[in-house]
Amino acid sequence: MTTNTTAHESHLATTTGLDHRKLLMWLFLASECLFFGSLIATFLLYKDASVVGPQPHEILNIPVTSTSTFVLLTSSLAMVLALAAVQRSDVVAARFWIFATAFLGATFLGFQVYEFYEFVIHGLTPKTNVFGASFFTLTGFHGAHVTVGVIWLMSLFFYSFRHGLPAEKSLDVELAGLYWHFVDIVWVVIFTVVYLIGTLPPEV
Amino acid sequence: MAEHEQHGAQTHEQEHPSPAKYILIATYLTLITIFEVAIYYVEVLRPAFLWIFLALSALKFYYVAMFYMHLKFDAQIFKSLFIFGLVLATFIMFALLLLFAIII
Repeated sequence: MTTNTTAHESHLATTTGLDHRKLLMWLFLASECLFFGSLIATFLLYKDASVVGPQPHEILNIPVTSTSTFVLLTSSLAMVLALAAVQRSDVVAARFWIFATAFLGATFLGFQVYEFYEFVIHGLTPKTNVFGASFFTLTGFHGAHVTVGVIWLMSLFFYSFRHGLPAEKSLDVELAGLYWHFVDIVWVVIFTVVYLIGTLPPEV
Repeated sequence: MAEHEQHGAQTHEQEHPSPAKYILIATYLTLITIFEVAIYYVEVLRPAFLWIFLALSALKFYYVAMFYMHLKFDAQIFKSLFIFGLVLATFIMFALLLLFAIII
């Protein structure tokens, strides 16, 4: 079941024997855990503390968000398929899957824009109540991370036309992939905490 | 020699999964998400929702981190770094929730 290898990273002439860009990316992602952990905790503190509505269970749309969650999970599949294609030097497939990842990411952002628009129409803005403030801060920062990921992926896509995507440069794609998958797992947590658990009545 | 062995232990990496394995993981993730949304509408399970959703979310998190982010196959130091951040973040979350008496 295993085909692709990262053996080239095992013998790098660095003090750790590892590619330091990858090490730095994991350090960055570890710090991002703290960032999003704090935002999620803040949301949990404030979600039921609003004096005026709308409250979470009155406005959050589970079917729409379930669909956008599926889109983001699918984009993660496209991302690993892009990396696998780069590692076997299949530039055309790599290009296709990188573009597919960016496209699915942009689709997710479209869902988020639609959701925010609907909330504003129904009277929920960051200024309405503390639920609104913490909700827009958390999901807004996540959306900003997705936007950065889409830009990163599109830059890789256009870069591939000029310089190709050789297997020895697969780490460039792998780093973008690590960032993208992290954004995906953060959404997995947000979907559960904000949308599924967050819409339960306060007494549960 | 000792230094070389130490580097070998730190950088030990295995081969990444095949595209077929990735598609299998995506199928698991999709099925878990469908299951989550389906049970959301089952009123009788409402008292257990919190733990069911947390468990299913942790399972999805595990699959993405271990297989898509290759933590299962990459050097141990990457896994240690990420788990350290994750544990610290969980600690901060619980500390905040305890501090503001959201959980007892």
